[in-house]
Amino acid sequence: MSLFELVRVSFDALRVNLLRSVLTMLGIVIGVAAVIAMVTVGAGAQAEVDRQIEALGSNVLMIRSGSRWFGGARTAAGSAQSLTVEDTRALKAEIPEIAAAASANRGSGQVVVGNMNWSTTIYGIDADYMIARNWELAQGREFEPAEFRNGAKVALLGNTVVEELFGAGNVVGQAIRIKNVPFTVVGALKAKGQSFGPWDQDDTVMVPFKTAEGRLLGKSTHRTGSVRDIYVSVGDADAMDLVELDITEVLRQRHRIGPGEQDTFSIRNMTEMVEARVEARQIFNMLLAAVASVSLVVGGIGIMNIMLVSVTERTREIGLRMAVGAKERDIMLQFLVEAVTLCLLGGLIGIVVALTITVGVAEIAGWPVLVQWPIVIIAIAFSAAIGIFFGFYPARKAAAKDPIEALRSE
Amino acid sequence: MAFLRCHDVHKDYLVGTETVRALDGVSVAIDRGEFVSVMGPSGSGKSTFMNLVGCLDRPNSGSIELDGERVSDLTSDSLASVRNQKIGFVFQQFNLLGRTSALDNVALPLLYAGVDRGERTTRADEALARVGLADRAQHVPAQLSGGQQQRVAIARALVNSPDMLLADEPTGALDTATGQEIMRLFQALNEAGLTVIVVTHEAEVADYARRILRFRDGLITSDTLDEVRNVAV
Repeated sequence: MSLFELVRVSFDALRVNLLRSVLTMLGIVIGVAAVIAMVTVGAGAQAEVDRQIEALGSNVLMIRSGSRWFGGARTAAGSAQSLTVEDTRALKAEIPEIAAAASANRGSGQVVVGNMNWSTTIYGIDADYMIARNWELAQGREFEPAEFRNGAKVALLGNTVVEELFGAGNVVGQAIRIKNVPFTVVGALKAKGQSFGPWDQDDTVMVPFKTAEGRLLGKSTHRTGSVRDIYVSVGDADAMDLVELDITEVLRQRHRIGPGEQDTFSIRNMTEMVEARVEARQIFNMLLAAVASVSLVVGGIGIMNIMLVSVTERTREIGLRMAVGAKERDIMLQFLVEAVTLCLLGGLIGIVVALTITVGVAEIAGWPVLVQWPIVIIAIAFSAAIGIFFGFYPARKAAAKDPIEALRSE
Repeated sequence: MAFLRCHDVHKDYLVGTETVRALDGVSVAIDRGEFVSVMGPSGSGKSTFMNLVGCLDRPNSGSIELDGERVSDLTSDSLASVRNQKIGFVFQQFNLLGRTSALDNVALPLLYAGVDRGERTTRADEALARVGLADRAQHVPAQLSGGQQQRVAIARALVNSPDMLLADEPTGALDTATGQEIMRLFQALNEAGLTVIVVTHEAEVADYARRILRFRDGLITSDTLDEVRNVAV
């Protein structure tokens, strides 16, 4: 009997007990769907995180004044010497692995165009900032050296600001007011998308460092030349740790911090921060997938159970098939194919369910849908394997029946 | 040369811890084209005899030859082939697959003979026509009367063009009139050249046969040839 005939016979048998077949399949459906959904959603999240790291700027170290990263009492004014633009220059000059070192100050303020206004984050940046943070232009140009030097009233707009104030179209040459100071827009930045949850990186306006210092962020909180953040991008990702040590050494020396004294600054590897979150999420995903695969095993046991019932119920049928010429192998294959068919059907339905879930989750979370075809193929193969494994015993039991006894049974 | 030849066939069964001797040295020869009834009280060994002749089981000792082939020591796979190719079974309870059309029921032996689908349908249709049920091919057993179901079962037994038809109480589940119809069908098939062996405990049924084997305590106690065939009733 050909495989095709066997499949047809098994479909007929499954159709006779449709409800039972569907319920039996359910365990496999849920197991396969859960495993694939976990892996696929995980892959989508991973891709999103990769994109975020890309957006943060690759191999970026962030140096911030103060001994503690997130607030705290140690950052009291005067107790810690602030970073300065000279520190930035020194880092770039003394550490050859540093590709770009950028000073940046930051504050919030209102931007007004005509009768529209928008509150945003204003960055005072220097020439290296665009490179260090991986920003690209959507239109217009970057600041010119003279503009940095003179503190010109020119601005680059982030994508969100462009959308809020201008909608779309060319913004180069437009006049805007930032904190009531008139500026000319010289360019717009390419969108980076959200990063670190709700923080919208594109909701930003950039002006030359000196301009911000003088007119926007005020001298009261910042001494001239003081820098809130220094962004350092490193050419070689493997050199990150080394560069971090070098930076510490250079800055301690420059700030005259004695041995045993605490740093007055902190260094953060932004890629590492994101990666740590990814790792946590992946462990969680793997746990979920492990739980889901338990349901596959449970589903397999359910199939074995139903196949055993089916073999008992159909003893007479088995006897008859043997009487008219079915060999033991034919009976064995018939029930094995039936179990595998159940599992494969369950697996296929599970895949459809998983893809539906994945697309839904990706839609809500704004992730890309990354179907992991190897996992899909493995899931199908695994379903078939479950069918063979858990179908083998009932099938062998069926094939081992004595035709005379089987024909006599009720 | 006889078509079926049994020589000193013994068969024991283990019932619990006790060995029951079902056949105690049976020797018989049946020629091609014979119509034989097998009679005897329950426990006489007639069912065991049928199972052995039908290649559903093997004797403990002695030999059975079918069409010149010694079947008493074939493997179970080879026995399955012999059943498939040379023997047609008819059972008391019909043993049709429920929710399966008459046509597919009849075609079942062909499935195991490796016949392709188109030819299966043709031959199953022919077999159904031979038992007068050509118009019931798509009916499932539940839609057929008992007599019709038994005809479907007979068509199934005929579909592989067997040499021998083995019927175990074929009228046991039918009323008298329908039973007579079935027996007349056997008679017609026998007249067309088919070897027919019927196990029964009803004398009227046995009377359709030309030869009657009587079993008792695992032995054939009488083997009578009825020269004057009973065509009445």
